[in-house]
Amino acid sequence: MIEVISTAGLAVLQDLGRPGWQQLGISRSGAADRNAHRLANRLVGNRESAATIELTLGGLAFRTLSALTVAATGARCPGLGWNSAVTLAASTVIALGRPAHGLRSYLAIRGGIAVAPVLGSRSTDTLSGLGPPPVVAGARLPAGTEVVADPADEALLGAGPSGPLQVVHGPRSDWFDDPDELYRRPWQVGADTDRIGIRLAGVPLARRRDELPSEPVLPGAIQVPPSGQPIVLFRDAPVTGGYPVIGVVHSGELDRLAQLRPGQDLRFVRRPDSPA
Amino acid sequence: MRLLRYGDRAVLIETEDVLGLRDSLLAQRHPAIEAVIPAARTVLVEYDPARFDPAGLLSQLRPVPSLGPAEAPLRIEVDYDGPDLAAVAEQAGLSPDEVVRRHSAAEYTVQFCGFSPGFGYLSGLPPELQLPRLATPRTRVPPGSVAVADEYTGVYPRPSPGGWRLLGRTDAVLFDLDRDPPALLQPGRRVRFCPR
Repeated sequence: MIEVISTAGLAVLQDLGRPGWQQLGISRSGAADRNAHRLANRLVGNRESAATIELTLGGLAFRTLSALTVAATGARCPGLGWNSAVTLAASTVIALGRPAHGLRSYLAIRGGIAVAPVLGSRSTDTLSGLGPPPVVAGARLPAGTEVVADPADEALLGAGPSGPLQVVHGPRSDWFDDPDELYRRPWQVGADTDRIGIRLAGVPLARRRDELPSEPVLPGAIQVPPSGQPIVLFRDAPVTGGYPVIGVVHSGELDRLAQLRPGQDLRFVRRPDSPA
Repeated sequence: MRLLRYGDRAVLIETEDVLGLRDSLLAQRHPAIEAVIPAARTVLVEYDPARFDPAGLLSQLRPVPSLGPAEAPLRIEVDYDGPDLAAVAEQAGLSPDEVVRRHSAAEYTVQFCGFSPGFGYLSGLPPELQLPRLATPRTRVPPGSVAVADEYTGVYPRPSPGGWRLLGRTDAVLFDLDRDPPALLQPGRRVRFCPR
């Protein structure tokens, strides 16, 4: 069990999400940076589907109420060893600071976090409110008992992918005067970026003005409202949207979206296997 | 039908018959198809690209009898006292009683869900009741509000902002996590509204 002393940014529980309910209007949700979430669990010997704490811009202080093993991954915060399993005695206080790079960090506890699942998942869906409540000061999070391996040594991570984000062109690129402007122009991550969507600032894309009947959408879809300023839909996006999607970020690049900080520059590149 | 690529793990299919296409896709029970999500004019098919090539998808489809239950339409009791009833009547050139009569005489089908968990978009709204959304959405619509917008009618499952025109309200519970499935209205379900 840990007791939360304070939080700074958003702190929520996440796992691999709630697939299979979209036809009832329920988003998939789940860890924004799936690889970092999986790694944190592997380091403490959990199943990758165990819940972790997802921090946005760090800032979590907690006290252990019993001895336990934890691992932190993702955007590196001062205050704890990173990318390795760390065993903490009871009554240890850990204060994670703010990361210098990246946006989201993950804290796994050996045994998982034993809160009740909702529709098969312990993810907090920040759009609908489904799942456990956000982690706030005073919250007590019990460690579970389900483990599949011993805690692991430090993970040695290579540099992640960099460069422009790979995009599969379409499905609604024909709504735009010049859809390739998406790839030529620089974009900047907006201040109001969250788990639902990443707003981009830049020279607006010129598009048809009429309305599109609601279409199903997925995380990674680059949706363009009449303003011409794109929004990259993310893990908690609704299951349908009413704006044309100019392109869809490749599924292998979604975790990179999780680490984009407001103000950061961003470019897209069209995947060569995209249809003409 | 037209098939459009949607990233590397999905295709979007344009169709005149969203629910029929959805049923045909679900009937295939292809193990690599992970989700079939209907909306207004399109169906999204999510798949595992290592085990499925969507190129031949349309040619393999066969019409199937509706998967929807053969049961009678779900009856939802409504108090038709919504704040927009008078304005809808005026714009439709009808009396409020006539709006109620026509809204409750039609049989609807849940075309798709979206906006929030359990919010169904019901097709079958009489054309004279089809009006655009409010220019300024309400910041809070009470749960159970029965509303119309464009070609759809629907019921708000929980308090939320909303721009649909409110005709009335129901005590029916649209979304309940302790129910299986949690949503009262699922795609394909037929619905009638009954004045109370």
